[in-house]
Amino acid sequence: MRLPARRIREFLIEKLIFLSGIASVIFVALIFVFLLREGVSVLKVTSLGSFLGGRFWYPISSPAKLGILPLILGSLLVTAGAVVIAVPLGILAAFYIAEVAPKRLRTILKSCVEVLSAIPSVVLGFLGITVLVPFLKNVLHLPTGLTAFSGSLMLAFMALPTIITISEDAINAVPREYKDGALALGATHWQTLYRVVIHGALPGIIAAAMLGIGRVFGETMAVMMVTGNAAVIPHSLFEPVRTLTATIAAEMGEAAKGSPHYFALFAVGLVLFIISFAINLTADLLLNRGRKR
Amino acid sequence: MSREKRREKIGFGVLLLATLLVVIPVAAIVILIVSKGWGALSWEFLFSMPRDGMRAGGIFPAIVGTIYLVFISLAVALPIGVMAAIYLSEYARDNALTRIINLAIINLAGVSSVVFGLFGLSLFVVFLKFGVSIISGALTLGIMTLPVIITTTREALRAVPASYREVSFSLGASRWQTVRHAVLPRALSGILTGAILSVGRVAGETAPILFTVAAFYLPNLPKGLSDQAMALPYHLYIITTQIPGIPERYRYGTALVLIGFVLIMNIAATVVRSKAGKKK
Repeated sequence: MRLPARRIREFLIEKLIFLSGIASVIFVALIFVFLLREGVSVLKVTSLGSFLGGRFWYPISSPAKLGILPLILGSLLVTAGAVVIAVPLGILAAFYIAEVAPKRLRTILKSCVEVLSAIPSVVLGFLGITVLVPFLKNVLHLPTGLTAFSGSLMLAFMALPTIITISEDAINAVPREYKDGALALGATHWQTLYRVVIHGALPGIIAAAMLGIGRVFGETMAVMMVTGNAAVIPHSLFEPVRTLTATIAAEMGEAAKGSPHYFALFAVGLVLFIISFAINLTADLLLNRGRKR
Repeated sequence: MSREKRREKIGFGVLLLATLLVVIPVAAIVILIVSKGWGALSWEFLFSMPRDGMRAGGIFPAIVGTIYLVFISLAVALPIGVMAAIYLSEYARDNALTRIINLAIINLAGVSSVVFGLFGLSLFVVFLKFGVSIISGALTLGIMTLPVIITTTREALRAVPASYREVSFSLGASRWQTVRHAVLPRALSGILTGAILSVGRVAGETAPILFTVAAFYLPNLPKGLSDQAMALPYHLYIITTQIPGIPERYRYGTALVLIGFVLIMNIAATVVRSKAGKKK
């Protein structure tokens, strides 16, 4: 009689395990459904074209103008600035840590990178406001230090751990024989790195850069605190901008539930969700292709 | 040949320079916060209520709120995350469903934190009518931290040698018995590492709690899960951007408490991991 009881218990536990296994799928689907449910209502007051392409974001004027083009451009500008800084820096640092640094130094450097990835974004935003912004204002003689450029610097810094650790994994995954072969043919260590290792690691490095971009694009607190939050179409890196993420974080608290503004912010969330989905999907394909070869 | 050697030197020099550009600011940040925040730390700062519109007194309610959020979100995410990892490591076959699950995990890890906030607002606060409350915030944070727990636990389970499972199966144990008695005990430290890391991460998150739980200021500590709460990262955000005239050391002090908590969690995770490494 004891056996069936055990069987039933195991059956239940294994069902529970299966349910937990697919929980991530359920949650991703739920996020999409709930963003869509609220966000799609924005189409009652504006068309898709004038939502995505509208040049004015005046959500509380009447009638509200709900064009997110300035926000999209703000996000793109800040992200582009961050990528230009973080991608080269991160890849170079990853090569140093993976290939050049002596073993003990490598451990120290890796824990530094881990510390950086652990620092909460609100703490970086706080330091951005108190240290970086006044500094940039004085050095660059700007009317305000709260600019897209400050945001880019901040975000570059936050993307570095992602870029470094994933690039480093990709570099370490390059088969030893490639390196040994190059060295045996008389290449210097440096030649081996930039002629051989980099080719083997390239798909992983590209994936690392993409995931870094994903991180930057979705970053909220630090970027909201240092970019000045002006929802206008940006003309230069040294002006205040407002990103998609900062708009949600700054305005959701005030948006009346059920108003066009409220729905528009969910629609902005939906845009962010779709973009991060696309970025992650591409990065994952690249990483898997790298692994299969 | 010597030209090549010189090139190598220059090349490695560039790599080193890039690495220093990454590492030095990290060290500077930690040193700056510790040195400027240290003076603010006191018994009163840590364990009393804020006064004078948060310009004096302490940050006790924010610490309490963050502790609530961290542990309740962990209580939600840990069982689901560990079981999900068990499924992926011990049960799942290499098929389309498994690929979809993995993709979902990667996506969940990549979704912007403020989007989690929106999701929590629409599902927990509005749709399920939990209101702006600790439970809404903790559930939102719990879902957000799932990928961390799943991936670290899965690594820990995969690191258990296949021979453990084979021996267990050959003795007639069922799959669940094998997982329960042969695999899980050997993966415990890895699971613990993941749990501690996610605690550190949850403690520092601001955007997901903005609309789900965080309160600007509350005169009392939360009494239950359906109350709003203050939280450390949100507190740092508002005293930095919303309230003028707060002494700088209060801000640095709050930042220090937050970063201290997060870093202690990371160090704890590293210690657990390295101890586990030695045992094998």
